Amino acid sequence: MMGLFYMLVFPGFIFLSVFGMAAEYCDRKLYARLQNRVGPPWFQPLADFIKLVSKEEIIPEEANPSMFKIMPVLALTATITAFFYIPAWGYKALYSFNGDLIVVLYLLTIPTLTFFLGGWYSTSLYSKIGAVRALTQLFAYEVPLLMSILAPALLANSWSLSEIAKFYAQHPVYWFFNLLGFAISMISLLGKLEKVPFDIPEAETEIVGGTFTEYGGKLLGLFRLGIDIEAIVGSALLAAVFLPFGLGLPPVAGFLLFVLKVMGVICTLSILRTIFARLRIDQMMAFCWKVLAPLAFVQLFIDLILKWIPLK
Amino acid sequence: MHKVVIPIGPQHPALKEPESFSVTLSGEKIMKFSARLGYNHRGIEKACEERTYVQDVYLTERICGICSHSHSTCFTQAVEEIAKVDVPKRALYIRTLVGELERIHSHLLWLGVAGHEVGFDTLLMYTWRDREVVMDILAMLTGNRVNYGINMIGGVRRDVSAEQAKAILKAMDTLEERTKYYIQVATQETTLIQRLSGVGILSHKDALKLGAVGPTARASGVNRDVRRDDPYAAYSEVKFKVITDDHNDVYGRTLVRMGELLESYSIIRQIVKKMPEGPIITKVPRKIPAGEATSRYEAPRGEDMHYVKANGTEKPERVKVRAPTLANIQTVAKMLEDRQLADLPIVIAAIDPCFSCTDRLTGIRQTGKRKKNVLKWEELHTYSITFYKEHGIDFTDLNKKMAKALK
Repeated sequence: MMGLFYMLVFPGFIFLSVFGMAAEYCDRKLYARLQNRVGPPWFQPLADFIKLVSKEEIIPEEANPSMFKIMPVLALTATITAFFYIPAWGYKALYSFNGDLIVVLYLLTIPTLTFFLGGWYSTSLYSKIGAVRALTQLFAYEVPLLMSILAPALLANSWSLSEIAKFYAQHPVYWFFNLLGFAISMISLLGKLEKVPFDIPEAETEIVGGTFTEYGGKLLGLFRLGIDIEAIVGSALLAAVFLPFGLGLPPVAGFLLFVLKVMGVICTLSILRTIFARLRIDQMMAFCWKVLAPLAFVQLFIDLILKWIPLK
Repeated sequence: MHKVVIPIGPQHPALKEPESFSVTLSGEKIMKFSARLGYNHRGIEKACEERTYVQDVYLTERICGICSHSHSTCFTQAVEEIAKVDVPKRALYIRTLVGELERIHSHLLWLGVAGHEVGFDTLLMYTWRDREVVMDILAMLTGNRVNYGINMIGGVRRDVSAEQAKAILKAMDTLEERTKYYIQVATQETTLIQRLSGVGILSHKDALKLGAVGPTARASGVNRDVRRDDPYAAYSEVKFKVITDDHNDVYGRTLVRMGELLESYSIIRQIVKKMPEGPIITKVPRKIPAGEATSRYEAPRGEDMHYVKANGTEKPERVKVRAPTLANIQTVAKMLEDRQLADLPIVIAAIDPCFSCTDRLTGIRQTGKRKKNVLKWEELHTYSITFYKEHGIDFTDLNKKMAKALK
């Protein structure tokens, strides 16, 4: 019974949906204010969702209906599941075992795969190009992201997110040595969430809507909710690995601190997407492999050296 | 990925007007690009022949939503040349003033659109906000934000007061400051430079060969500007530089447009200072004497050309418009050679296309059922000879004479 409550209400589906929409509002409002616009009212993400859900569901004749329908649900479930393994407040996540770091990263890859499959099975040309781009992009950002998150894990000598958080809370000095990794994973997260300058798979001036060209109604609503929650989970992962402060606080204060951390990451992401132009896919590949990946290696070496020669 | 043909348009988020491009892709690379015009044909040239000259001034203004003043000025200049009207100096100055304000709003609009095409929406929002300054000035001067309706045959309809002149000068200062900031953004923002630099290359030779005009040509080092080469209105009395650039790419086109903005501010300051007193319009008879004239005008997008033939009545016999986009659209296919799909929107946008101005073509497309009606070039040639013979025009003798003369 408690498990069902965790899954559906808190910290599961309903909590993440509300939090995701709030984060989307903050992102959109900040983006608008930075661009000298008024921006949407606070209920806009919810209104958008209700509008999409109440709309007719259109599936292209050529598309594979079951794959077309399953993909948004799969994206949503994968992101929600990933959240259970991230220590949000307190030292311990809801579920944790040695190796959950890899599971979380794996679960966060699933949305991109669903974008690919959803785009591919909708058989529209724009969707297919968007799908191929999404997959190409995955190979660019996934390696730097994985390496930059692996580095702190190496230093903490654990593959469990809860253990990592605990280690850094006990040794706050080490935090400064992971700042490079924090920056790298932040940039990679932009790629994962398909935001400017890495919104190549859904570049509207080139390929209309990319993967989501043929999606509409409930399915698009679910996809968008999935992306909102992916943003939350990604930010929470970064906060857990790179910002492990105040984990021992009492429940309410700890929860508020967690919300603040996630919002901090989200706001940084929206500032980043304000100040850049969209890159081309070849430029993005070159940037990720030639700049981000070597920097992630540097981060790995820093942590290896620290492990070898401990501070104090 | 095997080869795919994707349609860009007639309806596409990258295009502001309906126009059809078909792109053959191999992966991300563009193998073949073809454009098909004709989705916006409104028959304006024919409509001009059905209306009086005064009505035509308003009609030609509606050829383009952005360079509306360019077209109406170009048309009135042609008519005034036929009617041999002496346009008052003050009217010429006011035409120049509105023309330059229009160039400012058009170039700022272009910068925003270019930003949007490369996914840099912040630039779009900023430039369009600042564009409001010049739109307000235009609304104050003419009463309208677009389609100003300030031209008349023989002069202009509204005068510029001293307070308005002051407001214009003040607006120029604001805009100059902002434009300098945008030049800084365009020359320093890494991602923007990466997307613009080296994209859509049109060599100097190709620009001349394909007959490019306006900023597109000037960014390929073609030093051509009607305002200087064939001065009209008050341009012979103001000092300005013709901005050229030898980057040959979209980045160069951006720099040319930014440079032209700064020149426009200086032109407007000179115009406002030098503006002579006097009447703003002379009376022109409704019937224009027979004759023909061609008028050239440097619109924001390039050289605009109007040909008007009068037959002594109050309606023109023929009006022909050659909008700048028609001259530039051929260059797009050249610019897209070996480029990627991601470059397509910005390369098309870089010529600052205005498709509704361009659409006055007759196209014949070979479709399955109507094969019988399609003529080959030789058939068309013989058909034209017989057609003219039937109408009593025979070129046979003339052709023989020409052949002799050539020998």
